[in-house]
Amino acid sequence: MKLKQLTAVTLAATVALGGGVVSADLTFPSLSYRTGPYAPNGIPFADGYADYFTLLNERDGGIGGEKINFIECETGYNTEKGVECYESTKGQGSLVYQPLSTGITYQLIPKVTADNIPMHSMGYGRTSAANGRVFSHIFNFPGTYWDAASIIVKYILDEEGGDISGKSLALVYHNSAYGKEPIRTLQELSKKHGYNLTLLAVDHPGQEQKSQWLQIRRERPDYVLMWGWGVMNQVAIQEAANIRYPMDHFIGVWWSASENDVIPAGEGANGYKAINFHGVGSDYPLYNDLKKYVVDAGKAAGDGNYLGTVLYNRGIYAAVLASEAARTAQEIHGVSDITPAQMRDGMEALKVDQARMAELGLPNFGPDINVTCASHGGPGEAAIQQWDAASKSWTRITGFSGADREVVDALIAEDSAAYATENKITARDC
Amino acid sequence: MIYREAGDFKTSYSADQQTFPIGFDRWTVRVVVIFAFLVVPFLINDYWEKSILLPFLIWSLAALGLNILTGYCGQLSLGTGGFMAVGAYACYKLTTMFPEVNILFVVLLAGVVTALVGILFGLPSLRIKGFYLAVATLAAQFFLVWLFNKVPWFYNYSASGQINMPEREVLGFIVSGANAEPWATYLFTLLFVLVFAVIARNLTRGRLGRSWMAIRDMDIAAEIIGVPPLQAKLSAFAISSFYIGLAGALFFGVYLGAVEPTEAFGIDKSFLVLFMIIIGGLGSIAGSFIGAAFMVLLPVLFKNIMVGDFGWPTDTVQHFIFMLVGGLIMFFLIVEPHGLAQLWRITKEKLRLWPFPH
Repeated sequence: MKLKQLTAVTLAATVALGGGVVSADLTFPSLSYRTGPYAPNGIPFADGYADYFTLLNERDGGIGGEKINFIECETGYNTEKGVECYESTKGQGSLVYQPLSTGITYQLIPKVTADNIPMHSMGYGRTSAANGRVFSHIFNFPGTYWDAASIIVKYILDEEGGDISGKSLALVYHNSAYGKEPIRTLQELSKKHGYNLTLLAVDHPGQEQKSQWLQIRRERPDYVLMWGWGVMNQVAIQEAANIRYPMDHFIGVWWSASENDVIPAGEGANGYKAINFHGVGSDYPLYNDLKKYVVDAGKAAGDGNYLGTVLYNRGIYAAVLASEAARTAQEIHGVSDITPAQMRDGMEALKVDQARMAELGLPNFGPDINVTCASHGGPGEAAIQQWDAASKSWTRITGFSGADREVVDALIAEDSAAYATENKITARDC
Repeated sequence: MIYREAGDFKTSYSADQQTFPIGFDRWTVRVVVIFAFLVVPFLINDYWEKSILLPFLIWSLAALGLNILTGYCGQLSLGTGGFMAVGAYACYKLTTMFPEVNILFVVLLAGVVTALVGILFGLPSLRIKGFYLAVATLAAQFFLVWLFNKVPWFYNYSASGQINMPEREVLGFIVSGANAEPWATYLFTLLFVLVFAVIARNLTRGRLGRSWMAIRDMDIAAEIIGVPPLQAKLSAFAISSFYIGLAGALFFGVYLGAVEPTEAFGIDKSFLVLFMIIIGGLGSIAGSFIGAAFMVLLPVLFKNIMVGDFGWPTDTVQHFIFMLVGGLIMFFLIVEPHGLAQLWRITKEKLRLWPFPH
């Protein structure tokens, strides 16, 4: 039995490895999670990411004449499986990794750097990776958690007429690297603006939040911020509705901003706000192409129901930025079949303005993107959106605005410097 | 034919007491060890290292640790994940506080720290047993993970609460961090696993192991014949925690390089190790290895076959693996409630008698 198993493992893994020949195509891996407690959020993103690459293959024949080889690997939002996925796909010439998990991102930061493959943690992961001098292979444009925290606080300032000293804010967060990211920024900002901050941790997976919301009910903070993911979002919004917390004072980060999160609470979720860095809905020209070439042709990754939802759009956006970076890399190096190292150069030189977005069929979808060697964090701009339970739709209620750069940049410099000393990295000149 | 005691003459007491009384076993083990040390390092690549060999070796070590406590001493524990976290955080704190100390000693010290914590949480075992003890160790699991989340000193006040392993060397070869060669981390881990598997094997054959088994089989009788329960139980907790701490330190330092407590050392890890030893075989050293292989490698094997060879959708495969592995666990437990090690033992018995079973 033991011998048989060993030989079987040996055989299978050898076969799987044997398949990992570097092909002439552009390989885009997708470390997705369609199972586990975070699947409701992982599926639409993975579908959007896959569908856009399918569209490029079907409509344009790939990027710059090169077909796209799309490989998916299931991580279940689990770090060990994420590592397994990374190791099993990197040999196939994977151009860029987007793990959609802060835990896996932390895991892969040193690995991708050593393997010379870029990683794009779009609006998640390690915030200080925005400092391109230290994190040469990690990108987190168009915005970071610290930008998000700062923009939310700025929004609250605007709402309160510019003075929030003495007000109280509560942060309900996923008790993991992801959820803890904004804490330091919020603390710094509280020194500057004089508000009180209450921290309420929610343990994975987040189904049990009675005590946290009891505390909110007792203390009645003026605003509640949320850094949640997966089932935790739905539960929090339901609990907030149960204690009749004013929903328009409850603001979520962009990962707590999807339809999946608010619909279960029904009418109670009306007025819930969240920050977002891209457009919602399917009211963009690109979606006609998506319907025509992908969904109606029966090539969609899912059943096509998610089109236009927040997380599907985010998957599309991630794929758009990745394919634009690949295009940029092709231009820089003058070859169509780029390597991961060339892809990194493309990401570092990525410029996407509104004209280009309109060309792609996504006018006014996201902010202008301008990545430089020094700044991998992009513009750091986002807008606030609000949920309307009656029409089941999000409406953008502010324009794109930036973060308090003074506070955020200082924190980024401090944290990335600490990382550089810890890992003996000399910052690049740029 | 070749699997026989016959003709294998023992001329001294030590030869008579050796671990593998049958020549064939001895040679197989020697060949496997030589192969693992001298051949595998030349064949290994990143995928084999990070996805197959390191997880297998590290979980084997953890399973060995829990097997000492649960399999040999009969104390049910659900705190394995928490104790692994202690090992990982001890390794992190020690190596960042004293960067000049060789990582080899840091890992061993992490084991010692975990042993001390293990003794602390083993104290209730002197008053309670069975399911009640399981609940007490469950408290350890939740308390420890909560502690490492709550107190910023443990994660050096990093913004995210993650701990990251810095690069460390042994004899000039990097064994932790992203720049480590696959063979280096593999050999480093293998060394620990081999040495401590041999020690575990001999511990369980000696006075201490016998006192554990006496406590496991009937604690009152054991006390009457002169086995001190305090010593036996606490030593089982200490040594078991030492092994689990080593596994935790290697899991964090060598295998993953960055962990957060809730995800990496949650209650599911405690159950995983418990399932390993139940399926592999309680009270068996080989069983720990077989169980770890079953629980860790089988899903990877199925994934490689179904996604890699058949090209099925990843989510379908994942659900299918859940069912398949679950089904296999039930199958093996029905066929052989004493675990896979017992199947192996029966096979050996049959081999000895073959071809004349009567």
